[in-house]
Amino acid sequence: MTALDSKIPPGPMPEKWQNWLDAHSLVGPRNRAGKNVIVIGTGLAGSSCAASLGAQGFKVKSFCFQDSPRRAHSIAAQGGINAAKDYANEGDSIRRLFADTMKGGDFRSREANVWRLAQLSQNIIDQAVAQGVPFNREYSGALATRSFGGVLVQRTFYTRGQTGQQLLLGAYSALEHQVAAGNVEVFNRHEMQDVVIVDGEARGVIVRNLVTGELERHAADAVVLASGGYTNVYYLSTNAMGSNVTATWRAHKRGAYFANPCYTQIHPTCIPQSGEYQSKLTLMSESLRNDGRIWVPRKAGDDRPPAEIPEAERYYYLEERYPAFGNLAPRDIASRAAKVVCDEGLGVGGTGRGVFLDFRDAIQDQGKDAIERKYGNLFEMYHRITGDDPYETPMMIYPAPHYAMGGLWVDYELQTTIPGLFAIGEANFSDHGANRLGASALMQCLADGYFVAPHTVTNHLAKKHDEVAVTDSAFDQVEGDVREHIQKLIDVGGSTSAQAFHREMGHVMLDKCGMSRTAEGLDEALTEVRRIKADFYSDLRVDPGDEEFNQSLEYANRVSDFFELGELMIHDARRREESCGGHFREEHQTDDGEALRDDDHYAKVTAWEYEGDNPVPHDEDLNFEEVKLATRSYK
Amino acid sequence: MNFTLEIWRQFDGSDEEDKGRFETFKVTDIDPDASILEMLDQLNERLSREKKRNIAFDSDCREGICGTCALVIDGTPHGPQQVTSCQTYMRDFIDGQTITIEPFRASTFPVVRDLAVDRGALDRVIQAGGYISTTTGPQPDPNAMPVAPEVQEKAMDAAICIGCGACVAACPNGAAMLFTGAKVTHLNVLPQGQPERESRVVGMVEQMDAEGFGGCTNYGECSRVCPQEISIDVIGMLNREYRKAKTKRKPKTEKAMSTQ
Repeated sequence: MTALDSKIPPGPMPEKWQNWLDAHSLVGPRNRAGKNVIVIGTGLAGSSCAASLGAQGFKVKSFCFQDSPRRAHSIAAQGGINAAKDYANEGDSIRRLFADTMKGGDFRSREANVWRLAQLSQNIIDQAVAQGVPFNREYSGALATRSFGGVLVQRTFYTRGQTGQQLLLGAYSALEHQVAAGNVEVFNRHEMQDVVIVDGEARGVIVRNLVTGELERHAADAVVLASGGYTNVYYLSTNAMGSNVTATWRAHKRGAYFANPCYTQIHPTCIPQSGEYQSKLTLMSESLRNDGRIWVPRKAGDDRPPAEIPEAERYYYLEERYPAFGNLAPRDIASRAAKVVCDEGLGVGGTGRGVFLDFRDAIQDQGKDAIERKYGNLFEMYHRITGDDPYETPMMIYPAPHYAMGGLWVDYELQTTIPGLFAIGEANFSDHGANRLGASALMQCLADGYFVAPHTVTNHLAKKHDEVAVTDSAFDQVEGDVREHIQKLIDVGGSTSAQAFHREMGHVMLDKCGMSRTAEGLDEALTEVRRIKADFYSDLRVDPGDEEFNQSLEYANRVSDFFELGELMIHDARRREESCGGHFREEHQTDDGEALRDDDHYAKVTAWEYEGDNPVPHDEDLNFEEVKLATRSYK
Repeated sequence: MNFTLEIWRQFDGSDEEDKGRFETFKVTDIDPDASILEMLDQLNERLSREKKRNIAFDSDCREGICGTCALVIDGTPHGPQQVTSCQTYMRDFIDGQTITIEPFRASTFPVVRDLAVDRGALDRVIQAGGYISTTTGPQPDPNAMPVAPEVQEKAMDAAICIGCGACVAACPNGAAMLFTGAKVTHLNVLPQGQPERESRVVGMVEQMDAEGFGGCTNYGECSRVCPQEISIDVIGMLNREYRKAKTKRKPKTEKAMSTQ
């Protein structure tokens, strides 16, 4: 067993990161080209990390399963990125961004990491602007900001409703700049299958070339996983079709602890599901809640057109229950509130699983032009997908799985329990506790990728490492394991696609390990997931041929890991006998239905060690010096 | 809804020199709100049950922003609606009709299998100058260099390109001028992009030529199929920037160095 050492540096909170920087080991410029780093994933975290390490002069290999690094799913983030710049002169500060993030995460994150995140938020905006990211501007030419869920200041920077796209293209261009400079080599359509460990340290990976099907070996002095989150475990989510847990899960099976897997975020503003054929759910930016009002009819079964329902018969449930934050209540609270009103039968739309997001009042107050300037592309997207025009009739929304706060356990240096293996961005667990605030994912990915990992990885590279060749027996063994698993999937020879099994498992996970959980339901879920997994290994059909472009095999390979992750999520949700953030256990709630934490027993991170069907939990106690633990109130 | 699909199959294992062919499939009971990709998912599920090889096609975000999906639908890249393939819904078609589905067609986009193509050439055009050569580290305060909203708007109207390559597939010449023009416009109108204004456009245009993309002869098909509705004005900007960069005298220092 590895003891969990979070390696938080000494000193007062505001000085910890600088103290760490001042003390870490360096690699001289002449020696950097001899050090190799592998980065898995090219989203915001992976691209920015690979580009930054490349610019320092290290030799970087960057891998993505997509056909180009620019396609990683960070591209789909809409609303914005937080930074404690206080351009709006509201008294915003690093401490406030820190405190909001701690509270937003329901006091289940590590203070020192969150403080560093708030500090680095300022640099990110500067970096992105220098790259040519066209943030929205005021008439003066100064950067524009807006407000987001869970906070009372305007600290969110944005490029229309496509902030993730523009920030990713900034990081992608920095990456391609380093490719041109000869420091980074990009391998697209390559998917990581496993990590190779030599003498206890991560020294390489096995990747599958998705075009030829060949397994390739790559050796390095450090491996960085920036492979994103796992909410595709629910089948329908706002993630991309290819988003998967394989890189982090296979690393977990080799010894990296997996922390807080039950912390998943169900985002309140998504387009409701319309049919069984559906392959994904589309998010509508949370920024819409700045001006849109959320309501349902007070009377169950009221099927009048929304415009004909008078004010008194509309239940603006967020405004009534949370007067201070209203429609800008944090995501976990807004999602659960939507579920509650729909469970009461007040939901709207064909399935009864929907609520209105209404811009009537905002259009009256500000004019259609002003609303169009702020949300034009989002309104168009909604219109395109649903056929309804939100300028004329309210949008219908419902919560959908969106983000994983859980992930590989990392210390302050973002290093996993396997030395030399780092996890950054959504792939790690570190900064968002039990619930992530809006516009914080982009911030964390870029803080990790531009400003943290390049230094902490350097610190690791500064140690002397023996040469490891890809002919080492460790590579033989891991490649053999990967080959065996692929063959196992092909050999089932059944007649059901991986998608059908994935859909079935996702339904169980969402129903019993989603927005609301009970001990009984979780026990049932474990049995059901295991049964579906057994069916998968007895009736799966993938196209034959492992040495070729085979998308059905890629998909089945990812789904096989989702089954195992799903089981761990259930174990984690079962063990955490409290409600916090995105983890709501019905047994633990206040009289008015709010989450009830148990700080005496659960103010800790649960990091799971892989042990087949009987995973072993390890606890990291969370200590709070800068925030006072309080019941999270948005009333 | 029911449809007859004529789907392009190529390199599906039968033949190394495979020149490709259409294969006909009948699909029934398709929900009008399903996207064309979701219809292909359903077809693939059926093919799995029939133990037949799935149809290969690329997609990822399925919300119109990643640029991965790349189908030619009834002869038009991304189909009739000027949106991405993933946002093309079956309600846009007539019940019972025949729909042809092909990969993006361009000599610079070789077919990987069936409907999936290799668009790596576009990444290489970006490597030739589609960036600002800043590296990670302390940067000036952004508000020290104000950008008028109309300049930001102009940059953003070009920066929204998703790199799908529909412009190339639609162009009778197989030109990548809209793609390259969009990146040059985005970076060259911003103050941060000024120092490399000329090397950027020259590098990217030369790389376009090296990749074998054709030249622009003003058909305008590129802009007409662009799911982001990027204006053909970016090609005018590209041409002007390129001409200016090529006709400008080399700076003295560079000239002196090159004659040494």
